Amino acid sequence: MAVRLKDAFLTALVALILALPLAGARTIDGAEGLVVEWHLIDVGVAAVLVFFGRLLLDLVSDGYGAVIAPLALIAGIAAAYLPFPSQFLKTVTVGGSFVIAVRGLFVVWRRSGQAHVGMPVFMGVTKWTKNLTLLSALFFILALVFPLTPLASRYALDVATMVLTYVMLAWGLNVTVGYAGLLDLGYAGFYALGAYSYALLAQHFGIGFWIALPIAGILSAVTAFLLGLPVLRLRGDYFAIVTLGFGEIVRLVLINWTTLTGGPNGISDVPRPTLFGLEFAREASQGHKTFNDFFGIAFDPVQRVIFLYYLILFLALLVGWFSAKLRRLPIGRAWEAFREDEIACAAIGINRWKVKLTAYSLGAAVAGFAGCFFATRQGFISPESFTFTESATMLAIVILGGIGHPLGIVLAALFVVGMPELFRDLEQYRMLAFGAGMVLIMLWRPGGMMAVRRPTVQLAEGGVQISEHA
Amino acid sequence: MAYFLQQLINGLTLGAVYGLIAIGYTMVYGIIGMINFAHGEIYMIGAFVTVISCVVLGLGGSGHAIGALLIVLLVSVLITSLYGWTVERVAYRRLRNSTRLAPLISAIGMSVLLQNYVQLLQGARVKTVAPVLQGAFELMKRDDGFVVSISYLQIIIVVLTMILMAAVTLLIHRTPLGRAQRACEQDKIMAALVGINVDRTISATFVIGAALAAVAGFMVTMYYGVVDFFMGFLAGMKAFTAAVLGGVGSLPGAMLGGIIIGLIESFWAGYVNAQYKDVAVFGILILVLLVRPNGLFGRPEIEKV
Repeated sequence: MAVRLKDAFLTALVALILALPLAGARTIDGAEGLVVEWHLIDVGVAAVLVFFGRLLLDLVSDGYGAVIAPLALIAGIAAAYLPFPSQFLKTVTVGGSFVIAVRGLFVVWRRSGQAHVGMPVFMGVTKWTKNLTLLSALFFILALVFPLTPLASRYALDVATMVLTYVMLAWGLNVTVGYAGLLDLGYAGFYALGAYSYALLAQHFGIGFWIALPIAGILSAVTAFLLGLPVLRLRGDYFAIVTLGFGEIVRLVLINWTTLTGGPNGISDVPRPTLFGLEFAREASQGHKTFNDFFGIAFDPVQRVIFLYYLILFLALLVGWFSAKLRRLPIGRAWEAFREDEIACAAIGINRWKVKLTAYSLGAAVAGFAGCFFATRQGFISPESFTFTESATMLAIVILGGIGHPLGIVLAALFVVGMPELFRDLEQYRMLAFGAGMVLIMLWRPGGMMAVRRPTVQLAEGGVQISEHA
Repeated sequence: MAYFLQQLINGLTLGAVYGLIAIGYTMVYGIIGMINFAHGEIYMIGAFVTVISCVVLGLGGSGHAIGALLIVLLVSVLITSLYGWTVERVAYRRLRNSTRLAPLISAIGMSVLLQNYVQLLQGARVKTVAPVLQGAFELMKRDDGFVVSISYLQIIIVVLTMILMAAVTLLIHRTPLGRAQRACEQDKIMAALVGINVDRTISATFVIGAALAAVAGFMVTMYYGVVDFFMGFLAGMKAFTAAVLGGVGSLPGAMLGGIIIGLIESFWAGYVNAQYKDVAVFGILILVLLVRPNGLFGRPEIEKV
């Protein structure tokens, strides 16, 4: 216990020194330059909280998790509703409580002998494949009927469409990151390419959404191919940094090439998609019919929102289905094998470049499709939408969802994109929680929340066995 | 010629700063083989602590003692080093024997976390401090009135960088800590067997890197007088490019890489166009990795099974 106390005390001391300048002395604009606004009490109280937090985390590892986790959860929820002297302390308390609660639950669950490598958090070992299929079907039906339920307000539909866009993007990125193990930090670059190629094609050549969709995808894939050709021979982390550089180059070019892209102002009036030539508008443009005229129903702006929802659902499912199929093909197996051991793969004669290039280009193609959809849904695009934060969000969904698992990604997208919508007033803490979440997940569960690192094919007694859970 | 000379001076100053940050990347990569993505944020924190302690001490404007500035530098170095130590202790140590990508993802998370932490507490707006140590030597004057000058601050930046470089080189090659670092770089298990405290050595590496980044942050704050929470991202990327250009793991390489990047940026902005200077730097990163993946001074890496 004395050791634990000393440990907690030292942690609190470090926290105190760290927080003193940045949290204790806030610089604000005064009449003549910057002035300091002192928040020393905040820092002091926070250090005390850190002391107890560290102590509780230590006790959790000592085996008191079952007691501490529920208490921390209650404390966290209570703190969220209680008045606090400052927002800073509230954030520290609520955030800290939840971290302790999650850690406690996780340790308890692991100690209870339920956990096995490669098993999702929520289910038992034997039934989980079957349960996953059921759960996937349930999600599918829910997604299908959602616009028809009374829950589907225009706002809810918009959020759902956004979540689905991220699901699609993350499924695409999953091919690169999850299957092939190539860390792509510039995925938003391809997303931007897709969006801008549709916006520009529509603006200059009057090309419609359905023709631009494949073009956008192919363009992104070709770009990825050309970039990947020389770059993919680099080691993993170098590759990651180059993709980051690529994403930044795309964004900087979009901002600075004002004659083509409109610079920071972006491109507005991107045309809306049509359904087999039927427009979703009050008045049809020349040579077209509107959707409501054709079916003889009254015009309602929600029709277009619902159409967009089904469009992205269709596109996302297509990507999901395609990537699940790819995983079982020889190329999919080669990706997985590469992720596990590159040198062994090269040694048995698998072409490194071919394997990596396909994974990278396919991932980029999906981003191109999604970008095209994004442009048509928003009707307005600007470089603001394609920052590194966007790439990090997509990556976080893939990682949080469990590298390699499609259903985990749906849950993660709901969590990462949907949650901030529910807690709008906590918007500014979103990225903070995001960064902390990334670190904590890597520390506690490097495989992600629903990690499937089990290879699809493995040697069993008596021959090769193909497990059916891809 | 005059214009060229001025860009050369500006580029060298910028390059010295990038070089200092690059040493942090290069040392960490050399010893544990990971890209410390949060290093740019450490530099940003160094700059912020500088601004905060300047305001607290009532510095800014003219007429203040050099001694006060030294105190600011010292505070910044101490606090920032502690940040460097904490980041390693919290986010990287447990992942040392994990997969290659796990620490990198953790580092990206740390970078996002630190950026938003500073943004929430200190605000998203750009902070400006009054310039200090104004004044410059006039080197030459062109007929049309263009003056080539080197400011006192530029001289201080370059000289201080050179001193620190020499100090770090001595530290690595002549002290017990440096010997331990070189041993850990070669083989951590063997180093532990002969009695080296590997954890402490790695921590020391992070602390040295953070201290140098803090000095860079201090100098940039003095030089430009503006700081914002996002400044670490671009500077970090450029310093990383410098480290790769020089050959990751090599100290003189990091310095030379930094100077090359600084010169390219300054000449690109001066002769081609200012908007695309960052694009040029990223382009060079990609080019270098293609043509010479091991950098100017790097050793080829052997993949071990």
